[in-house]
Amino acid sequence: MTAAVLVFPGSNCDHDAYHAAKHVFGMDARFVWHKDPLPEGLDLVIVPGGFSYGDYLRTGAIARFSPVMQDVVRFAHDGGLVLGVCNGFQILCEAGLLPGALLRNRGLRFRCKSQHVRVENAGTPFTNACTVGDVLDLPIAHSDGAYYADEATLDRLEANGQVVLRYVDASGQATAAANPNGASRGIAGIVNERGNVLGMMPHPERHVEALLGSTDGAAIFRSLLAAEATA
Amino acid sequence: MRPTEPEITPELVRTHGLTDEEYGWIVERLGRVPTFVELGIYSVMWSEHCSYKNSIAVLKTLPREGPALLVGAGEENAGLVDIGGGLACAFKIESHNHPSAVEPYQGAATGVGGIQRDIFTMGARPIASLNSLRFGDLSNPKVRWLLDGVVRGIGGYGNSFGVPTVAGEVMFDPAYEGNPLVNAMSVGIVKVGETASATADVPGASVYIVGAATGRDGIHGATFASEELTEENEAKRPNVQVGDPFTEKLLLEATLEAIAAGVVAGIQDMGAAGITCSSCEMSAKGESGMELDLEHVPARESGMTPYELMLSESQERMLIVAVPGREADLEAVFGKWDLHAARIGRVTTDGFVRVRWHGEEVAAVPAEHLVLGGGAPVYHRDTQRPAYLDETTAFDVRGLPEIDAAGAKAALVALLGSPNIASKRWVFEQYDTMVRTNTVVGPGPSDAAVVRIKGTDRALAMKTDCNGRYVYLNPRKGGRIAVAEAARNVVCAGGQPLAVTNCLNFGNPYKPEVYYTFKEAVGGMGDACRVLETPVTGGNVSFYNESPREDGTSRAVFPTPTIGMLGLVESLEHVTTAGFKAAGESVYLITPIGWVHKNDLGGSEYLSHRHGLTTGDAPHLNLYEERAVQKMLLDLIRAGHVTAAHDVSDGGLGVCLAEMALFSDGLGADVALAPHDHLRVDALLFGEAQSRIVFTSRLSEDEAEALVEGRSVKVLRLGTVTDGGALRVDLGAYGSFEASRSEMAEPYDTAIPKAMGAV
Repeated sequence: MTAAVLVFPGSNCDHDAYHAAKHVFGMDARFVWHKDPLPEGLDLVIVPGGFSYGDYLRTGAIARFSPVMQDVVRFAHDGGLVLGVCNGFQILCEAGLLPGALLRNRGLRFRCKSQHVRVENAGTPFTNACTVGDVLDLPIAHSDGAYYADEATLDRLEANGQVVLRYVDASGQATAAANPNGASRGIAGIVNERGNVLGMMPHPERHVEALLGSTDGAAIFRSLLAAEATA
Repeated sequence: MRPTEPEITPELVRTHGLTDEEYGWIVERLGRVPTFVELGIYSVMWSEHCSYKNSIAVLKTLPREGPALLVGAGEENAGLVDIGGGLACAFKIESHNHPSAVEPYQGAATGVGGIQRDIFTMGARPIASLNSLRFGDLSNPKVRWLLDGVVRGIGGYGNSFGVPTVAGEVMFDPAYEGNPLVNAMSVGIVKVGETASATADVPGASVYIVGAATGRDGIHGATFASEELTEENEAKRPNVQVGDPFTEKLLLEATLEAIAAGVVAGIQDMGAAGITCSSCEMSAKGESGMELDLEHVPARESGMTPYELMLSESQERMLIVAVPGREADLEAVFGKWDLHAARIGRVTTDGFVRVRWHGEEVAAVPAEHLVLGGGAPVYHRDTQRPAYLDETTAFDVRGLPEIDAAGAKAALVALLGSPNIASKRWVFEQYDTMVRTNTVVGPGPSDAAVVRIKGTDRALAMKTDCNGRYVYLNPRKGGRIAVAEAARNVVCAGGQPLAVTNCLNFGNPYKPEVYYTFKEAVGGMGDACRVLETPVTGGNVSFYNESPREDGTSRAVFPTPTIGMLGLVESLEHVTTAGFKAAGESVYLITPIGWVHKNDLGGSEYLSHRHGLTTGDAPHLNLYEERAVQKMLLDLIRAGHVTAAHDVSDGGLGVCLAEMALFSDGLGADVALAPHDHLRVDALLFGEAQSRIVFTSRLSEDEAEALVEGRSVKVLRLGTVTDGGALRVDLGAYGSFEASRSEMAEPYDTAIPKAMGAV
């Protein structure tokens, strides 16, 4: 599987995504500088976490104007797989590839911790190695992670199965206490209507080696490899 | 073009923090009255912060050599230690106390930013951050404001910069009420032989300023750090620099790219005293000189004078000497990252730093005269043993009420809710502890953090540590304990302690009693570093940490020589954490062979929290015993016998056992701690005698004893790890108590969030 990891000024999870994709899952991964075009023949674009342009304005609001994003939009419209993690999710929302926005956390503080999420749709290229109801332990690390969309959009996302991951407690219950940032309906990750673009606040690339505490994030990468094999 | 400069008067000299005597040396050396710019240059370079004038004579007594050290203390911006496999580790700790006292967010943020630059200016990529924080009592709203701001500042800078904050310590005591301590440490990795040096040794080479533009922020920050805080310090907020972690991240990537491209002949970050310090130090180290044309410095505001440009402490800047012929490549790298790279001068050979403003020379100073180790003043200050020590050492524990088993349980539960012992989760959840995916053990469940080195089977163990209370009560022993405990923490995590960086936070050095504690504490650190074979690679001295009092006097904070300890975990198999692992395993206490429990409560958290007393002697420590215990535990870990390890420290054996339960996945323990005759229950449970480690193992008692045979240590089987999460303690004739998981967890988990209004 050929994967590009985008590098914006201020990206800081780019090396982590690259390490996971290349060294842990054997993908043919490469960095792509934000001013460069996307290479031909890609299967996957990873928009990594970090603080693109410092996030001094609305998160992701400047990165969406980087030259590479035009290629990413085209790639997504052509059906290519795009995974946006944390700041990457924010950028994909700003770029219009995903609906809604990420607001400041309830509590107004940065939060970094292990977090349980439940798989709500196992039919996507990002979750096909899971079963609906699986509870994954994936770290979060963000200030602006509260997913927001208007009620009609949320209803549509739910009805279409576009809500892919939801914050839950260890037993899989979507309680208010288990929602770390005040996200609407506890939404942790969504796909676009076509299902080829996933944005998620938790960091799957941080939990792919047992040495670092959990391998639950491997489910996302294994799904991508499986999706490529069946494509 | 030359701006109107004020006349040099005795008043102006004094407001620059220079003594009449120091000014006399300047005039004598220059052979004339200095210009205004020169006065500013001398003022910052001879400030305590830059010159170490009141500390260097004492610092030189520290052991600064060892087989693993690749550069000596003070030679470069940070220490450099060989960690095998062709890799080296650069690490350093630094204070940002006074800025944080008046503007906690930016003070702490720029503290984090400054220490990162010390690491990547050497060509090393920062892989982990640590910190050490001290505040007054949390019941004071101003203290809560400071804690909140400092934590947000550390997170705001470090999270965006993209280096995980993996360990730290936070301690509260009224002694720090008006003068918090904010010490930040960074650890980086570089290939041996690929480091960059802070020198200007290529005559004729171009000198560049790179990174952010220069503004008026932080002018005289170094001088501000070198005087006591007063009520008027609120007005010094403009002296505090403002951080921009995004620019720092770009500067990091561009700097490492430039060094790797071979276009950098020398580089130094700009921290305290900005262009002045970097140009003077690089010139002195290169035995060269520099000509600077300041009108080429990219300025953030219009109308800046040469004085302001030389003294600005604007963040996120570096001074680079380019490899001749590669200037365009250097400019291209920084251009790629949208950063300034302005050629502002060239390297000369006459030993002078010459500053020009539109062609006119406004300063010409001999670099050597300005720097530490050169012409900067060196003072040997008077010392006097503090009078309070007579009172504190005379403390007799027999005056305190004793406790029974029920009282012991109540005291344990109360101690777990002391902010000094309670969980710091509220703090460290605001830091990104995992970015870069190397954090094997982060804050919380272990005595030290463990960060793996990708592509190897090794990891680094690291910890900051200092109990200022001990140093206050016994400066020599307290200094020894700071080193010993930091090393012990690294050992408990599975690492071999390698080397030390230190941040020495003390009061006004002109007070003989303060200087006595400084000298003694540094002496104690040196004792411990020699015995434990952990040389000092560098660090930072912060004097003038004094809390203003209402009557106009001031009181020094607890003498706090913070130790940053670096250790090497030789195999990832050795990584050890503190939580109980499995029911049925044995709980052992390892101690020096001749160790007997005494009624030793001096300096304990128990005395402070329960009785409101900071008194007695610092707890027992013998460095040779300490070394034997550490070596034994590390051997047991490496042999695979240890499933969990936690040293006995703040809160004593009782808190140690409770924490091992709280860190576990719902396990507890059943232990017997029958006291011998005349031993008080409170001293048994909460005394803080050093060189003791609790560990768990599947070894039988006979096997464990056989393994330590002939090693100057002994192991005592205390009991068994149990299901259910409760801690049951049998106190022999005093009865027994059982504390349930929830009884222990409630105060431990909620004390700080409650104080901060988060629950």
